[in-house]
Amino acid sequence: MFRKGLILILLIAIAYIFFSLVENYQGRDELSGISRYYAENAVDELGSANIVTAVVVTYRGLDTLGEITILFLTAAIIGFVLNFRNSEHEDKKRFVQPASEILITASKLMIPIVFIFGIYVIFNGHLSPGGGFQGGAIIASAVVLTILAQNEKKFNHSFIAAIESISGIGFVVVGIFGMVLAGGFLDNRIMELGEFGTLLSAGAIPIIYIFVGLKVGAELTSIILNLKETQNQE
Amino acid sequence: MLINIIFSIFLGLFIILMAIVAVQKKNIKVAIIAAGIVSLFSSILYLILAAPDVAMTEAVIGSGLSTIIFFYVLNKIQKSDV
Repeated sequence: MFRKGLILILLIAIAYIFFSLVENYQGRDELSGISRYYAENAVDELGSANIVTAVVVTYRGLDTLGEITILFLTAAIIGFVLNFRNSEHEDKKRFVQPASEILITASKLMIPIVFIFGIYVIFNGHLSPGGGFQGGAIIASAVVLTILAQNEKKFNHSFIAAIESISGIGFVVVGIFGMVLAGGFLDNRIMELGEFGTLLSAGAIPIIYIFVGLKVGAELTSIILNLKETQNQE
Repeated sequence: MLINIIFSIFLGLFIILMAIVAVQKKNIKVAIIAAGIVSLFSSILYLILAAPDVAMTEAVIGSGLSTIIFFYVLNKIQKSDV
């Protein structure tokens, strides 16, 4: 009885908070503050057709670095914990159920298409929606499809770790180049901005996004691979 | 415009329904699928609300990869004696 009363009071308090938010809400017809600055100046300053990309990579590039650092820590901790627990019963015989015929046949068609779509999303991050993070996740989902369809396939862990390390170092190096040659950390004006709207434009944004995409793809792939290879099926 | 608003309201109601299913179902596999459907439909909602970048992330991470990760972890904790 006491507990139910407590839950009721909590619900009323949450409802009050949301009600006061909704009550004072006024729709805006125009942008204000810093979002207005981004919308007006991003195209002229950075040459990126997708303003979200300009904000994510250049104006708020440090936040992107923090995001992929968090993802890296997650992948590292998952790998550490799973391998630590699995090393005790290494020699257990593993039984793997084969994938269904439909999945195998469909994956032969789908995997190259998904891969190419991921690469397209990474390369066109400054022109169309998407970018490094999304493209890397799409590439990782293509790898997941490969894992599901071909159970026995072995992946080279050190190759994935090497891709991840090299792209992480490359990301930071490009950022430091921006500090030396242009306005600040991860500034994309270290190269010519190029013609607006073409594939090779917007300065260093495509290079940064290739590094981000490779790093995110490698991290998500290593999480899934670690989970898959420590499944204790008996 | 009006069609968009009506469609968004139906999507939102469906998302709430699926979220309730994900919380209330005793069968964990059904709950995981319901959570994946919540992500998938909310990505469509983001697309209607003119945020294609977020929609792409939600569709790939939320409904694709995290569903697979949940299934792997479910298999792992069912087979081990934790």
